Amino acid sequence: MLSVKHLIDTTSLTADDITQILDTAKSFDPIVNGRSIKKVPALRGRTIVNLFLEPSTRTLKSFELAEKRLSADSISMGGATSSVVKGESLADTIQTIDAMKVDMFVVRARLAGTPQKITENTDAVVINGGDGKHQHPTQAMLDLYTIREHFGHLDGLKVAIVGDLAHSRVCGSLAPALKTMGAEVTLVAPPTFQVGDPSWYGCEQTNHLDDVIEDMDVVYMLRVQLERMEGAAIPSRREYNRLYGLSLEREARMKDNAIICHPGPMNRGMEIDAEVADCARSRILNQVNAGVLTRMAEMYLLLGGEE
Amino acid sequence: MAYLIKGAHVVDPQVGLDDVRDVLVREKQIVEVSECIEAPEDAEIIDGSGKYLVPGLVDMHVHFRDPGFEYKETIATGSRAAAHGGFTDVATMPNTDPVTDDGAEIRYQIDRARKAGLVHVRPMGALTRGEKGESLAEIGDMVMEGASAFSDDGHGVQSAGMMKTCMAYVSQFDRVVCAHCEVESLSGNGVINSGRAATRLGMFGWPPLAEELEIWRDIELSRSTGCALHICHISTAKGLELVKAAKAEGLPVTCEVTPHHLFLNDEDITDTYNTNLKMNPPLRKASDMEAMVQGILDGSIDCVVTDHAPHAKHEKDCEWEIAFFGTIGLETSLPLMLTNLVLPGKMSWNRLVEVMAINPRRLLRCNPVKLEAGSQADLTLIDPKREIDVTESYFQGKSKNSAFLGAHLTGAACDVLMAGKHTLIDGVVA
Repeated sequence: MLSVKHLIDTTSLTADDITQILDTAKSFDPIVNGRSIKKVPALRGRTIVNLFLEPSTRTLKSFELAEKRLSADSISMGGATSSVVKGESLADTIQTIDAMKVDMFVVRARLAGTPQKITENTDAVVINGGDGKHQHPTQAMLDLYTIREHFGHLDGLKVAIVGDLAHSRVCGSLAPALKTMGAEVTLVAPPTFQVGDPSWYGCEQTNHLDDVIEDMDVVYMLRVQLERMEGAAIPSRREYNRLYGLSLEREARMKDNAIICHPGPMNRGMEIDAEVADCARSRILNQVNAGVLTRMAEMYLLLGGEE
Repeated sequence: MAYLIKGAHVVDPQVGLDDVRDVLVREKQIVEVSECIEAPEDAEIIDGSGKYLVPGLVDMHVHFRDPGFEYKETIATGSRAAAHGGFTDVATMPNTDPVTDDGAEIRYQIDRARKAGLVHVRPMGALTRGEKGESLAEIGDMVMEGASAFSDDGHGVQSAGMMKTCMAYVSQFDRVVCAHCEVESLSGNGVINSGRAATRLGMFGWPPLAEELEIWRDIELSRSTGCALHICHISTAKGLELVKAAKAEGLPVTCEVTPHHLFLNDEDITDTYNTNLKMNPPLRKASDMEAMVQGILDGSIDCVVTDHAPHAKHEKDCEWEIAFFGTIGLETSLPLMLTNLVLPGKMSWNRLVEVMAINPRRLLRCNPVKLEAGSQADLTLIDPKREIDVTESYFQGKSKNSAFLGAHLTGAACDVLMAGKHTLIDGVVA
């Protein structure tokens, strides 16, 4: 059992919660990656609504596949088809869906705090699939799984998170989760992309990737949101690539056993060069695979398994 | 009609009174203040024992949303909230629809308020037409119709040149310019104070610098134009330092603070995203909050205002980033001051009267109200023992978006006389 009813943020998770999620995900590995029939009856008869109020492809499909593998009944709604777009309030949307009797909401939203607001309008379990610039806890769990698979542990690892930290819910969840598991986190970004108050994370901060790259076990490159280029937090793709891009030269300076992660989708040639994205250190496709396993684990643990 | 308020502790530093007195009111005026007054036959007696009688309280920064947003508040419902909170006078901000930027709009509000008959409404006029910050509003016309002061509250006037024109123009009238200080290129999409809370909750910050830079600018414009400047809802320690320095130089600069900036800070915003704590300027750091309390105690802040900002339920019951800015305040302001500052002995009753009655009345250029014969009978009787549970049903105004819902407070107005009319009777609005 997890110590939380909902999965809203990683700051509420204990080390034991995280370990349970990762271990449970590991137990699903032979089913998903070893069998031809990739399905268990664990959540048969349970109803899950994927409410995606912001466009998403990979996170939504990862959840949908995880739900199918657990035999849950699930529907996905949002984007152009959702009433929220037509001006309905969030509370009305949730109460309407809730009236159809569902067990779980998986929510993706443009606005911070949306998953928390949903918990106030339903008795169903809520999983945050990313809310604004706040948190993306299921991304953090798949990242931790991927890193643990490679190193066998998380404590004592040195992890650099590089990129647009100010707008990053990935960083918002990953940095606290890594800290909880005993890893050391360094936040790397231009000053205009740094987090508002790093004391909240209790992490080192630097503007210079080259100063820290040789010490890192994991270099985690964030996607730079091209739409955020407006307003000139950075001058150009080209300059960002020169200063912060993970090039082959930088990759060559990494520790022998170090790995590279990225939450996707990548801007090849901007934050990560194409050759690096495909190199032996890259764990980017392992992350995608771990996404299904860890999301299965989260839904399974929060819905109480087979009863 | 005559009222005899018997045995109240009368506090009025303007006449050096801080003692038990009887006060006789006839029609609109105070006719006698003395140790013992024989009750005239026609006078209704109000028992003042154990209570404090002060000049009628004034809130010089409220939004009554009328005309234009009557679903949030009207002059009639706002007047009820004001009377319930113990006020005899309020100054309404001009960000109505249409914006209060000509004499007819001022006259409309005054007429509506007279009809409601619960509180003196002293409308403020806009500095610029439509509060767009582009061209002068009809300031002289508004003065002639009774405008109390001028402000583009809700926005700072972004152009320094336009603000200089506004202040220079206003300087010909005996009126104060009330400045909402916010450099919008710095506050941007901010919805919460910059710093730890913004990072914790994943939202854009509204930095103190956006406020402080414009306070500095407007102080310098006051220096160059000679226009009296009043800084609205000050919220940062650094901003207050700028005001103190201006005062020390003898510039005509004053400022106000809200109860929410005195008694709440950004650490009160938890992951429940309680949107009643979303305001502009935002709740600041704990150290800023402490500086505000120090400022209201030591005299560097001139008055307490509520920035009473009613919003309908659907405008607050939503995600934080799209929720409207503001909290209502008229009905909790005095109880908060009593509970947190006066009753624990941190603030004297004299100082309370200065910041909630004398100073705002002076800034609005209204005639002083004094506890002496001949003065207009605008009076507030305060029961320091009255207990208040702040629930939605406590509020008499139309909207319930209070940052203090759930609080338990001690001390409140029990009776109000507004121009000799009994508008609050033992805690109930007439």
